[in-house]
Amino acid sequence: MVTTTPLEEQLLELAGSVPDPELPVLTLRELGVVRAVRAHGTDSVEVDLTPTYTGCPAVEVMSLDIERVLREHGVREVTVRRVLAPAWSTDDITDEGRRKLREFGIAPPRTGAASGPVRVALGPTRTREGGPADEPEPVRCPHCGSPETELLSRFSSTACKALRRCLACREPFDHFKEL
Amino acid sequence: MTTTPAADTAVTAAALALGDDALVLSHRLGEWAGHAPVLEEEVALANIALDLLGQARVLLSMAGDEDELAFLREERAFRNLQLVEQPNGDFAHTIARQLYFSVYQHLLHDRLASGDGPFAPLAGKAVKEAAYHRDHAEQWTLRLGDGTDESHARMQAAVDALWRYTGEMFQPVEGIDGVDWPGLESTWRDIVEDVLGRATLTLPEGPRTGAWRAGAGRQGLHTEPFGRMLAEMQHLHRSHPGATW
Repeated sequence: MVTTTPLEEQLLELAGSVPDPELPVLTLRELGVVRAVRAHGTDSVEVDLTPTYTGCPAVEVMSLDIERVLREHGVREVTVRRVLAPAWSTDDITDEGRRKLREFGIAPPRTGAASGPVRVALGPTRTREGGPADEPEPVRCPHCGSPETELLSRFSSTACKALRRCLACREPFDHFKEL
Repeated sequence: MTTTPAADTAVTAAALALGDDALVLSHRLGEWAGHAPVLEEEVALANIALDLLGQARVLLSMAGDEDELAFLREERAFRNLQLVEQPNGDFAHTIARQLYFSVYQHLLHDRLASGDGPFAPLAGKAVKEAAYHRDHAEQWTLRLGDGTDESHARMQAAVDALWRYTGEMFQPVEGIDGVDWPGLESTWRDIVEDVLGRATLTLPEGPRTGAWRAGAGRQGLHTEPFGRMLAEMQHLHRSHPGATW
């Protein structure tokens, strides 16, 4: 039986308030990567952290930042455990997180795209509105909101993003890929 | 739950096999840094390499100390497929290697993720990453195969040249239970044949193992270029033990 004490909830909030080292507009809670906090007494705390991608280099910095924040709040011993299952999905990003990504100039991942069987056809390179029902939801330009955008590269500045271009305002932008 | 030492040994062996595949291919892809045909592709190959490196770290940690395993083992102790150690060649060779391996890895991790074995947690993540690697390889195969005469000829030469390393992927790996290897192989073949067909390329014929025994890489027998790759990969750690950034 897993119950969360008020102390653990408070610590979870603290751990979740740490900004993502690569996307500092998001907190770890908004990214959905802090899974649980367990307090053993008042001195020792264990945090479950899940990586976005298996090789995400930000995980180590995230762990250090969580340890630092919790220590600053008087926890003497902090252990950050890396958990893989259940696998993180872009659906774990909160609505607030999506809004912040868009404001930061990154098209947020589409919801629901990551659930169900793994899709291999990752969609056409161009998106638009009002296509056939089997066409995926368009990726909207975070600058002008146009649904008419095209894929430039499947991998961008980090493993979790693709590079796209808006066909309306012609601005290139990063798209947080559905995972 | 208790596990017998024999079961542990088998899981360690399987973790080494899958971990070495990921590590070695990651290193090969990393060799493109500074040499890729366009900037976007440089970034893509590096990102794919990073995914594989992350998988390798998890898998090798299941088998022992990741740094010791990566940097202090001799060539004969590596259990990777011979396919992944093949040199990058031209861009078409790299894409052919990616196509063959990413389809295999995607199918294998999909099966491992649906079970409850020791590899299920990692496979649940890796299958999602491999779907992107596979998509990348398929798109390039289509573009190069159905491109110019030059790109078509090079892509055909690449899929032909690497064909003989593909049989080894479907030799059962000790320590991995519940995978229907012949079924995996026929699904893999159907997918590859479909992609090559759409790319106006011909599915290679001919043997899928060389003069060596099938499954040689899994037993530590590697091709000649692998030794040189390892020398470069291990040089820093061996020359400066314990070096850190």
